[in-house]
Amino acid sequence: MPQLSSAPGRAAPDVGALLVRHGQDPHALVQVLRELQAQHGWLPRQALAEVAAGLGLTLAQVQGVAGFYRFFHTQPVGEYRILFSDNVTDRMLGSPALMADLCRRLGVAPGHVGEDGLASVDRTSCTGLGDQGPALLVNHHHAITRLDAARVAQMAGLIHGRVPVTQWPAEWFEVRDQIRRADVLLAEPAAPGAALAAALARGADGMLAEMKRSNLRGRGGAGFATGLKWSLCRQAPGSEHVVVCNADEGEPGTFKDRVLLTRHADAVFEGMSIAAYLIGARRGLVYLRGEYRYLLESLQAVLQRRRQAGLLGTAILGHAGFDFDIQIHVGAGAYVCGEESSLIESLEGKRGTPRIRPPFPVEHGYLGHPTVVNNVETFCAATHVALHGGAWWAAIGTTKSTGTKIHSVSGDCARPGLYEYPFGTRIGRILEDCGATDTQAVQVGGPSGVCLSAFEFGRRIAFEDVPTAGAFMVFDRSRDMFEVARGFAHFFAHESCGFCTPCRVGTALVVKRMDKLAAGHGSRHDIDVLFELDKLMHAATHCGLGATACNSLRDTIAKFRPAYERHLKSLHFEPGFDLDAELSIARRMTGRDDAGAHLEKLS
Amino acid sequence: MSEVEQGFSLDGEDLSFRLGDTVLQAATRAGRYIPHLCWHPDFAAHGSCRICTVKVNGRAAAACTVQAAPGLDVESDTEELNAQRKTLLQMLFVEGNHFCPSCEKSGHCLLQATAYQMGMEGPHFEEFYPDRPVDASHPDILLDFNRCILCELCVRASRDVDGKNVFAIGGHGIGTRLLVNSDSGRLGDTDMALADRAASICPVGVILPKRRGFVVPIGERRFDAVPVSEQTERSP
Repeated sequence: MPQLSSAPGRAAPDVGALLVRHGQDPHALVQVLRELQAQHGWLPRQALAEVAAGLGLTLAQVQGVAGFYRFFHTQPVGEYRILFSDNVTDRMLGSPALMADLCRRLGVAPGHVGEDGLASVDRTSCTGLGDQGPALLVNHHHAITRLDAARVAQMAGLIHGRVPVTQWPAEWFEVRDQIRRADVLLAEPAAPGAALAAALARGADGMLAEMKRSNLRGRGGAGFATGLKWSLCRQAPGSEHVVVCNADEGEPGTFKDRVLLTRHADAVFEGMSIAAYLIGARRGLVYLRGEYRYLLESLQAVLQRRRQAGLLGTAILGHAGFDFDIQIHVGAGAYVCGEESSLIESLEGKRGTPRIRPPFPVEHGYLGHPTVVNNVETFCAATHVALHGGAWWAAIGTTKSTGTKIHSVSGDCARPGLYEYPFGTRIGRILEDCGATDTQAVQVGGPSGVCLSAFEFGRRIAFEDVPTAGAFMVFDRSRDMFEVARGFAHFFAHESCGFCTPCRVGTALVVKRMDKLAAGHGSRHDIDVLFELDKLMHAATHCGLGATACNSLRDTIAKFRPAYERHLKSLHFEPGFDLDAELSIARRMTGRDDAGAHLEKLS
Repeated sequence: MSEVEQGFSLDGEDLSFRLGDTVLQAATRAGRYIPHLCWHPDFAAHGSCRICTVKVNGRAAAACTVQAAPGLDVESDTEELNAQRKTLLQMLFVEGNHFCPSCEKSGHCLLQATAYQMGMEGPHFEEFYPDRPVDASHPDILLDFNRCILCELCVRASRDVDGKNVFAIGGHGIGTRLLVNSDSGRLGDTDMALADRAASICPVGVILPKRRGFVVPIGERRFDAVPVSEQTERSP
């Protein structure tokens, strides 16, 4: 743990050696900053200047990238950096009280470093451990699951004693797979190489035909036909083609890719290799979200094993001219990078701002090369299509939504975890299987998805009915759906990249309105403004993040309106500020806090 | 560049275009006004302000990024789209600190002129009142970040025309901001000069020449006599 032992008298980071290791390539900037921070704990301006000089970038450009990603710190942080996962499911399991307790024990305020520089405690977006929360991340590297008061108390003691994280109780770091229902994707994996050999035997044309026959659609949410995407990329002219695996599983409540990467990494890499064979790619990149940093070593080991087995490298499986290898890029906390063009910008070492499309990545992707970007689960599925054929896959599920889908089930249910079903499965069936009772609502597909109420539990998971990228968060009747939507509003404002006006300002305005309602100062007018903001953001944003940012707001207002109206002070006009609260500074300055110094007590 | 045989429809009127034109380029060339802030005829499309959002065959899209194509049906000057533009403008106004009466750019300001054009009469939303100190370190140029709308025209002009890379964008979300590239982070420590393209590109009042306050009197400024809709920039 160099970031612990070197603090606070940390040695100056060796920027030069780091840059040499990355070939002084400006496109490696995000990786350089990650590793620099892992060495030093945070990113001092002087180090950024050295990075800029070494990579041929300006200091401001490097600062711009460092300031974009939520995991990068350009101000000093504690030797121990604790980030509580702040998804609604973590909060339902009690994370706010646990975080307050840890802050009290460590004597720090959230988001600030204590004077001793020992620790900083803050929140972060969902860490992908919703089935075993409350969860937190330590030093952007280790994940701790199933937090409780005892663990928090013990953790404070370990931090006070400056015990290295590697010596903390091992069971804290146990991340369980919790596969509750396995179908084809989560079943026992085939031998590594079997699917690739099957694809090679069919030839590129034959395998592409199988992909099209399978009618497999992308599992990241948009549902674009995978075979078509691959054939478009294959036809796109370019000196090089690239395969990218989107493992930036940032949609709150989703954690299926974490399990696929833990248990079925071979199937993921094999799917990428099949894509590479079909489109003629030599280079593969995995964009692993920063929250899953702890998976890096095991994934590297799988890659190494595949190289040794002749499944990566040159002349794969003895096939002359089929050369392909995979590198892993680790993200640094940015939900928007799940959008494929932002992801590519991030891979190129830039701020993860979505590109103007068209051109789409299949024509103009990573470094301008035609690039296939697919979700982890999509590559797994492609591996199964190679093994069993497109017709076999197409026979599972519905006509328009073939195959199976993995759901990350969390929230109010007896058995959270992964559930794999053929497409066409009823929402109610999933609720029964996971042991959900007295269910008020299900958020399918995460905050950007859809919120279903009880009368819709007969609907089915399918692109043509309820599409999903994999999150399935259950809320029973004890939950305040307004608070659920308010949490999601905060999430989108936190994750907005800031590029376009409607998302940058709109998500912040939505938060202000929701907080105003929560504080009991809302009126019907505020709800009208929320509708107006939703409509605008849906129509005018640059990318899907802003366009979907108000989905849960719209759904919950429509379906759970009493939850909002409970928060309204009056059904008519209410000012946007609290006049009495505005006088608090005057009260403090005059040292008065009697009844006469409060407006509300005068009226 | 060649004219394409068949044009596209903009608010019911046929418009010719050149191959490679975006809808906004073609409209501008024809002297037709589609409101915009971050777009400039000399630079590639940026697509961040979203003021130029139109409906193309019924679907919303930024006119600065959509390629013109024969037969497209583009709606721009509609009640719905102008109302949306007004809301976007109000968002920009409340996000920064915009006090037109005391701003040297008043009357020359594209944000102000566009807000007049769209009939904006008030902020509608609560103000953010961000704390953004000015940078007066440069001998000839003042930077007042309070008015920045993050169009990145100065970033692009300094990088692509001046070759100086004086500016960059930092932060994220509502904290996104303009950065100055120098060790101190101040403009006075850059090689920016008044003659640079970046010094005159700002559509609002962020980048201003010093010691030239109110040289043109209020009332005689660019948008005082003629509204923005009647003075579209001509493409090269």
